[in-house]
Amino acid sequence: MDQTLIWLDIGTLDDIPRQGSRVLHRDGGLVPIAVFRTVDDQVFALEDRCPHKGGPLSDGIVHGHRVTCPLHNWVIDLATGGATGPDEGCAGSIPVEVRRGRVVVALTPRSTGGGCHG
Amino acid sequence: MTHTPFPMRRRLVVIGNGMAGMRTVEELLARAPGRYDITVFGAEPHVNYNRIMLSPLLSGEKTFADIVINDRAWYTDNGITLHAGDPVVAIDRANRVVRSASGVEAPYECLLLATGSDPIIIPVPGHTLPGVITFRDVADVDAMLAAAARGGRAVVIGGGLLGLEAAVGLKARGMEVTVLHLAGHLMERQIDVSAGWLLAEDLKRRGLDVRLEADTAEIVGIDRVEGVRLKDDTMIAADVVVMAVGIRPNARLARDSGLAVNRGVVVDDLMATSDPAILAVGECVEHRGVCHGLVAPLWDMARVCADRLAGLDTSGYEPAATSTKLKVTGVDLFSAGDFQGGPDCEDIVFRDAGRGVYKRIVLRDGKLAGAVLYGDATDGAWYFQLLREGADVGALRDTLAFGQAYAGGAQANPSAAVAALPDTAEICGCNGVCKGTIVTAITTQGLTTLDEVKAHTKAAGSCGSCSGLVEHLLAHTLGEGYEAQAVKPVCGCTDHDHDSVRRLIAAKGLKSIPAVMQGLEWKTPDGCHTCRPALNYYLLAAWPGEYEDHAASRFINERVHANIQKDGTFSVIPRMWGGLTNPRELRAIADVAERYAIPTLKVTGGQRIDLLGVRKEDLPAVWADLNAAGMVSGHAYGKSLRTVKTCVGNEWCRFGTQASMEMGVQLERMTWGSWTPHKFKMAVSGCPRNCAEATIKDFGVVATDGGWDLHVGGNGGIHVRATDLLCKVTTAEEVIEYCGAFMQLYREEGRYLERTAPWLERVGLAHIQARVVDDAENRRLLFGRFMASQRHAQSDPWAERAAGKEAHEFTPIPITRQAAE
Repeated sequence: MDQTLIWLDIGTLDDIPRQGSRVLHRDGGLVPIAVFRTVDDQVFALEDRCPHKGGPLSDGIVHGHRVTCPLHNWVIDLATGGATGPDEGCAGSIPVEVRRGRVVVALTPRSTGGGCHG
Repeated sequence: MTHTPFPMRRRLVVIGNGMAGMRTVEELLARAPGRYDITVFGAEPHVNYNRIMLSPLLSGEKTFADIVINDRAWYTDNGITLHAGDPVVAIDRANRVVRSASGVEAPYECLLLATGSDPIIIPVPGHTLPGVITFRDVADVDAMLAAAARGGRAVVIGGGLLGLEAAVGLKARGMEVTVLHLAGHLMERQIDVSAGWLLAEDLKRRGLDVRLEADTAEIVGIDRVEGVRLKDDTMIAADVVVMAVGIRPNARLARDSGLAVNRGVVVDDLMATSDPAILAVGECVEHRGVCHGLVAPLWDMARVCADRLAGLDTSGYEPAATSTKLKVTGVDLFSAGDFQGGPDCEDIVFRDAGRGVYKRIVLRDGKLAGAVLYGDATDGAWYFQLLREGADVGALRDTLAFGQAYAGGAQANPSAAVAALPDTAEICGCNGVCKGTIVTAITTQGLTTLDEVKAHTKAAGSCGSCSGLVEHLLAHTLGEGYEAQAVKPVCGCTDHDHDSVRRLIAAKGLKSIPAVMQGLEWKTPDGCHTCRPALNYYLLAAWPGEYEDHAASRFINERVHANIQKDGTFSVIPRMWGGLTNPRELRAIADVAERYAIPTLKVTGGQRIDLLGVRKEDLPAVWADLNAAGMVSGHAYGKSLRTVKTCVGNEWCRFGTQASMEMGVQLERMTWGSWTPHKFKMAVSGCPRNCAEATIKDFGVVATDGGWDLHVGGNGGIHVRATDLLCKVTTAEEVIEYCGAFMQLYREEGRYLERTAPWLERVGLAHIQARVVDDAENRRLLFGRFMASQRHAQSDPWAERAAGKEAHEFTPIPITRQAAE
């Protein structure tokens, strides 16, 4: 685990609606973080900004391990932040874990604009 | 005189007479009989029995004698001293001796802890009342049987494996049973949402009352249990309450003795505790941070422990994937490994609605990572074997969901698999049509289309879920001569088109999104952004008042009752009935705009005032303020009735022939809040000059000297379409009835996201006139259904949200504390 990450406890799994998300604001003008909970209770976190036109991904419909941006229906892979299908682009992926029922996120992105991995 | 010292046998004391402890002893006796003098202490006054079989003991399918593993004779024959019903209360590690509750002292060279686990009791008020029982041992079963003998009602808290087995057992014993489960679906630790839904439906059919997301507030009663009160204040009467919410390792004795204990007794790979003379196995242990509650890991631990005690080499305990089956007769459920999948995983989902079968196979890196099977678990063992072997299943992928029977290399695609079916294989479960019947019909009667096969054989004629199989058969039988019909599916998640989905929702009585996805064999676990909103609408339209709206399946605008803008802010439009407003409303809008620094105010084409640039977090407060001035949601965001635009009519206009404002207000009061396949706009003009532009609306009313002209199917979008004249009517009452009937016909026939204009062009004006104009009885029925649906639709969503409904949508996560590493 990256030693430089600061992990933040943001509550329990049930604080995030299933097939939905919550937003976490950050200081210093950083893009807010969208924390998603999928139908199978997996948790993912992305920078809350669609790589297409900056739409708030946290307002999208969550299906499978994907979210559809509310502005122009780009479908973003929750695990990588990458746009799926013919579209190209990446929303920064944020490390997030569930530890003993608590959801913790790291405030630093895994990759900043460096493309999508995985 | 000298003599060879008699090698004193070592003394092994086992604390715990349960499955893990005695399995270790059995394994040890098999490896090194006579190596130890064995003394066993058990808290229960019984010989060693199979705890897994408590469910059939409760339901009456088995007796206690049936579930005994080792009887008294086994202990005697193997020279084991058994102290049953006499728990150990202290371990003196310095002197290597244990003391029991009755005062028996037993010295040891080697001590084995197998104290198992305790049921978790939620410390809600009333949890100590008589009548609150757990489900862990024979005494609990006896308590439940005594309660069942008196009859009455039971509440089981916990819809996991154990809770459901208890519930079904109590039901079998004649009690009325309610299951309360905190999570959104049953057995969420073992199965996914789809299987959980099927399970809940099965249990409901068996007469169980299953309540999900039910959070117990207290157990009510004075001298004994009388009921359970939930946090939403629901009261459920109960004569007995069974707590089955989970287990925790029983590590009390180890902790008191100073051994290393976290959640459980900490052991290494060789099952040794922090004291090398003391080993531990079973549910009381914690190995690499994990506590186990299933039987398979216990058996593995027992083997390692026995190797160790017997002085044999052992590779140590290595946790393996586990599998689960629910032991309820008639319910076929299997789960193994990582059934939830995750990043880097691929799901294969197979559904057979006719047989109530759901299978989900999770693959990672071409290998099987997990599986959930419901309704047909025959291949469970096969999948589990593939999983444990880590076999590469890439070559089997296409037919993997069909099970072992199709795992041959010859049928590597579903079409070939269908071709390989025997003639006796049933294709259509609804009508019992076999493959041979269909193939014979195709060849002897010269059938070339799916519809012809339906007509001649009834295959695919009921639920339609075997349509794909029938098409494969047509293709296989006709070869090149067959071209599949072009049906446009709703989306990639299904083969069904919109009309077929709507028809089947009604025909099969499907009343939830999971029910539709299972019943119509959806190919993804939870659909996508295209099908979910459509299904949500179709269910709302089909089951008004019964179907509960699913917020997560709505586009953001309908979820937060405002329109998202390019910068992520929202626009808010209060309703102005018929486009009319007054100073109080205007003042309130001005105040709101200033209070929340709303940057833009604009008059819309539908005669409303739009507040643009509202921050999402401010929405509830904005609504509350607008509500306070008497305004409600304008639904400018919805696939719903938008606006009724009016001209001033004969109240002011020198050309006006009718009271168009009054008519507009009346129509809007009747139709607001209704959901439609796409947005629905109306207008009322007070004379044929048509200043309200009624002839480009979905429903337009134009006043004439003799009455009203009713126009339908207009659209002012990319493709401007002027309305068609539906009919002329004379009275205001007729306008109201025709409007409601027309809207209802559109609601029932329109495809999701199909405006009235393309709908009208698809079905034809005559079709609509025949149902709304010519057939007065049908018009009355349509209007009746519309008004019935409106009874459930007309509540102001703004007021509900301003009052706090689903407030999480607008509240960012508060930053509280740094996580513990």
